[in-house]
Amino acid sequence: MLSALLVMSGLAVILGAVLGFAALKFKVEENPLVEKIDAILPQTQCGQCGFPGCKPYATAIAAGEADINQCPPGGEDGIRKLSELLGVEFKPLNAEHGEPKPKSVAVIDEEICIGCTLCIQACPVDAILGAAKQMHTIIAAECTGCELCVAPCPVDCIGMQPIGEEIASWKWRYPVIPIRAAG
Amino acid sequence: MRTLHHFNGGVHPAQHKAESNTRPIVAAPVPPRLVVPLHQHIGSAAKPLVKVGDKVLKGQMIAAAEGYVSAAVHAPTSGTVTVVEMQTVPHPSGLPDLCVTMETDHEERWIAHAPLDYRAMDPSELRNHLRDAGVVGLGGAAFPSFIKLNPGPAQKLQTLILNGAECEPWITCDDRLMQERAEAIVQGIEIMRFMLRPEEILVGIEDNKPQAIAAMRAACALADFAVEVVPVPTIYPGGGAKQLIKVLTGKEPPSGGRSTDVGVQCFNVATAYSVHRAVHHGEPVISRIVTVTGNVRQPGNFEVLIGTPVEQLVQLAGGAKDGTNGYVMGGPMMGFTLPQPNVPVVKATNCIIASSQALFSPAPPALPCIRCSRCAVACPADLQPMDLYWFSRARNFGKAQEYALFDCIECGCCTYVCPSHIPLVQYFRFAKSEIWAREKEKEAADLARERHEFRQFRLEREKEERAEKLAQKAAAKLEMLGGSTDPEADAKKAAIQAAIERAKAKKAAVTPQNVDNLPPDKLKEIEEIEARRAKAKEGTQQDS
Repeated sequence: MLSALLVMSGLAVILGAVLGFAALKFKVEENPLVEKIDAILPQTQCGQCGFPGCKPYATAIAAGEADINQCPPGGEDGIRKLSELLGVEFKPLNAEHGEPKPKSVAVIDEEICIGCTLCIQACPVDAILGAAKQMHTIIAAECTGCELCVAPCPVDCIGMQPIGEEIASWKWRYPVIPIRAAG
Repeated sequence: MRTLHHFNGGVHPAQHKAESNTRPIVAAPVPPRLVVPLHQHIGSAAKPLVKVGDKVLKGQMIAAAEGYVSAAVHAPTSGTVTVVEMQTVPHPSGLPDLCVTMETDHEERWIAHAPLDYRAMDPSELRNHLRDAGVVGLGGAAFPSFIKLNPGPAQKLQTLILNGAECEPWITCDDRLMQERAEAIVQGIEIMRFMLRPEEILVGIEDNKPQAIAAMRAACALADFAVEVVPVPTIYPGGGAKQLIKVLTGKEPPSGGRSTDVGVQCFNVATAYSVHRAVHHGEPVISRIVTVTGNVRQPGNFEVLIGTPVEQLVQLAGGAKDGTNGYVMGGPMMGFTLPQPNVPVVKATNCIIASSQALFSPAPPALPCIRCSRCAVACPADLQPMDLYWFSRARNFGKAQEYALFDCIECGCCTYVCPSHIPLVQYFRFAKSEIWAREKEKEAADLARERHEFRQFRLEREKEERAEKLAQKAAAKLEMLGGSTDPEADAKKAAIQAAIERAKAKKAAVTPQNVDNLPPDKLKEIEEIEARRAKAKEGTQQDS
């Protein structure tokens, strides 16, 4: 009787220690849900959702403080994915936060640029190259098209250029059966 | 006698080879204008080397390979570059791409070129030569050949296969090439043999080309190495690389893998021919043999300069007959309708078919899938097209990939047999390009996330540095006012001093050491500039 008690309590102590150790060792630092939501967001870092970047918005969604329909660059597709992930009802994009636009890149008119560095400070992904009183230019491959650099420019030399379709980025269309006119 | 294997599936569409395979290859005349696209191969586009107004010679490189997977592009004849801009190219999208347009001078002046002594060359030098000669796979995929001619770390290959199967209906360019230029092909094979050191070399030709088989056998008999010409049964897509490998060797490259994973490398016979021209004559790829057939008056094969407008090629074949409603590049199974008839011939153009209602009647409207699984029976890649169709249609791309969508070779057998006339391959192409686009988008998002996070980190770091600087200044001021006797203040001071030391050390660590390796004169120059700068600073301080 005594030995059985000892064995059982001994086991309990050992397993408890193992569990305690595992809880410390494999501690999840961040809310994994935030990471999952962040992975769906387009990383434009435009702030149209009302948060200073995609990660803060993801954190707010995870905490239930923000709705899933505040991201215009993500579009309906993004909202659908979020609703699937979070198991909530799909809802159309909240127009308060803007409309989805075709993907574009910012282009600096280098003739007009005075080199004030205001756009460099505004760019959330450090995609603008330049220095004070030097001409600035945008690294197109790294530009997310967030438009945050457009407003600060004192000489209005930044324009948004939609990315047109090229052979390299061309996609086969969803097959449609042509409907022929009667007659 | 070699025992042949067979792959599952395949279909037997009407062959239509007789229309064009009886007439010898005709050299097409030089047109007045050539439009040479700079992206004629798989990989990155070649970088243009010429500008408007440049005089170019025949065979002169007009665009150089850019990046590893790329190949050079050459002037097909001598003349003057008139335009370097975006023009419509033979691509299913109908979108424009960068092209060099040149007016030809009909003088055919060659750039200096000479045969290579390839046996004395370094293998990588030889491969670079083939890249700079613009040698790409001429079977239709146009993959740069020099990459496939690298034997890899093993330095050896089990089997080298030359693909002369030409399984698509209507196309006969490889057939005529083998009939007329078998010796040259064998010489090309000899170079490939030298580069890859295969244990055996096989030439697979479908048994509907007895003359080509005979010509190749005769040429191989003269070679001083062993090449076996193997007639393979005529079945579409028996000329697909994986299918031909299966038939000849019984080996199957793993899903998502390459043929070299099973010790086999496969080239088109026309590629072997262009390797021969590039090495034994020093001539880059500036022309190719194109079958012009279908609804034309005199179907045949033509040796055409790259950049020749398809329209003119059709004129050579006697012009299009009444009822022609478009031109298909490639075969009827895998080809696509050209966006307009004046697009240029490129390295991948093996066949131009003038289409008409009578030859290719439009598919009747698609009906629902009845899951008869005929497509699965016909699929040469052992896939289940009815399931892939279901997933692609529903945009369930993850599931489609699970069902090995990327093993689909888009041969069109499933569409061919479908009793409901569902354009299955179109769905698969749609799904594939959608998956690629999403992958690219994800990469871009990851890059943006990384850069944004680094920016946050950078801003934080700059803030800290500024705070430390301020603390340093405050401490210096305190020192100037004289130290206090208060031990508590002393401790505080010591802490501040320590912080200053830390900041200094950190600053020294982050200060770029970019003047270390400069020559003494440069250093002196920098010192002078620094002295001037200090002087100027003093001046301004005195002013204020």
